[in-house]
Amino acid sequence: MEQHYFNHALTFRKDICIGCSHCMTACPTEAIRVKNGKAKLIDERCVDCGECYRVCPVGAITVDQNSLEEISNYEYPIALVPSVFSGQFPDNITHAEIIQSFYDLGFSEVYEVEHSVDFVVEEYEKYLQKEHARPFISTFCPSVVRLIQVKFPTLIPNLLLHKAPLDYTALYARKKLLDQGVEPDKIGVFYVTPCAAKIVAIKSPVGEEKSTIDGALNMNYMFNKSFRIIKNGISSKNKPTKKPLSKQSICWSLTTGESSIFSNIRSLAIDEISNVLEFLEKVENDELDGIDFLELRACDESCAGGILCQGNRFLTAEKLRKRATYCETVEHKNKPKTEKEFFEMIDYLRENSEVQPILARPIMKLDDNVVEAMSKMKRMYEITNVLPQVDCGICGTPSCQSFAEDIVQGRADIKQCVFVQRILEQNEKLLAVDSANIMKDIWGHKKLNKNSLRDELKDIM
Amino acid sequence: MMEFSFEINGGDFSNAGMISSLVKKTLKQLNIDGMIIRRTVVALYEAEVNIVAHAYSGVVNVNIFPDKIKIKLTDKGTGIADIDLAMQQGYSTASPAVREMGFGAGMGLPNIKNNTDELNLESTVGVGTMLEFTNFFEPK
Repeated sequence: MEQHYFNHALTFRKDICIGCSHCMTACPTEAIRVKNGKAKLIDERCVDCGECYRVCPVGAITVDQNSLEEISNYEYPIALVPSVFSGQFPDNITHAEIIQSFYDLGFSEVYEVEHSVDFVVEEYEKYLQKEHARPFISTFCPSVVRLIQVKFPTLIPNLLLHKAPLDYTALYARKKLLDQGVEPDKIGVFYVTPCAAKIVAIKSPVGEEKSTIDGALNMNYMFNKSFRIIKNGISSKNKPTKKPLSKQSICWSLTTGESSIFSNIRSLAIDEISNVLEFLEKVENDELDGIDFLELRACDESCAGGILCQGNRFLTAEKLRKRATYCETVEHKNKPKTEKEFFEMIDYLRENSEVQPILARPIMKLDDNVVEAMSKMKRMYEITNVLPQVDCGICGTPSCQSFAEDIVQGRADIKQCVFVQRILEQNEKLLAVDSANIMKDIWGHKKLNKNSLRDELKDIM
Repeated sequence: MMEFSFEINGGDFSNAGMISSLVKKTLKQLNIDGMIIRRTVVALYEAEVNIVAHAYSGVVNVNIFPDKIKIKLTDKGTGIADIDLAMQQGYSTASPAVREMGFGAGMGLPNIKNNTDELNLESTVGVGTMLEFTNFFEPK
């Protein structure tokens, strides 16, 4: 079975895009093409990693997000703030001030996402005892799950089908209000997200029917809102702060956050999407010996390197680890760490956290029919042999290989290759003016207007 | 039908797995079922490592038909004296040097057998070994 419904949180703004193709080159799944001078996303191939967003020089890729005003639609808006959020701030701003700023922004409850980590760890430990394809692959990073769906469907049985701390904290926060007699419609759960993938996970979840979260707030946007309030002075009416997080909770979203916890088994942590891609190839070949658990994260330095984190990822990670060490000191140790209520609510949490099977979304297949796919592949080889293997991207496709595939799939014409054009022109099979028109279809009229160079380069014109 | 052939050098452990990866990519493009791809790749990888570990050189012929993949690995090498014994789990003739590199646990041939639909093994001591296996795309 395959999944055919996609929804992405990244929007390519045609009015801003300058057709520079940086995003096309950066995309790890070759999901972007350039046409009519604008970048175009092939929805099926996108895994929401946000590498395109990182490299866009003009900010033409925007993230679909909820705005802060939307919290007023709910009588009880709850903020779920991940620990990496506080890592964005300078040292002289305290964690308590950051949390208080959310109350001042209008939230009635503020939770750190990682409040449920100690509970989740116990649930995971039980899950890891199960009869299961090894190694277990964590489903914490939504981009990694999507990458496996599209490029490594044979590894779907290895995915650890368990909800993330975010879902449990959301369930818990909501349930606490429900128990106080609050009507369900009046509760709105908002997550401050460090990445686009989490937004998609909320809007079109994989492995669950409906998300437990009502809205996603861009972390960068919330950093500005929160910082401004702190700078102008937060209100003094301090809300009771939640119990401090344990060390493992604070570090959960950093690299080795999961793998370091399961010390009784062999586990490994890998971050950054090209590293993950390289490693999944090995996993798929069954080249690993005795590794039981894989923590894979799409961003360098994991969530500290999320595309919506404005702070430097290394500094954020360092701050979090420092805070975690502080939480381990004696004065903190005496306070109860994890919220016991999570365990008291265990039946409710388990009942409401069932995970649906994850389906393949294979992008590599050339055709559903094997015979047809074989003949397309043969043509692809023939075409690839003609292409220069320069991967210049001037055809509007990220590589000669993907260009050959686009041709056999009817999405591109071999005359889009500049090398093929020159060969055809030498053989008088193509006129220079036709070549120019083909280029205009790819890169837009502006870049190839024959009058545009006249003033600047008088000498050569 | 599609045909590929590759050469393998004995002792070249660093490149063991390259052919498996290429075949894997091809099968994905042909929209072959994931479990069948996985079985094929695991068997091929083991067979590749066998040649690297035990032979001087080898040739891999991959034939893909609309309903099956047939892979033939022929090597020049020491050969296998007792095929039945070699098919047993845990039996290995790998040298200490090979074992030190993490290979040679004696799982190779049994693992290949477990992951293939048809298997044919012929060997002459001092000359070499021919291993041929087939996996069908539709489960039989």
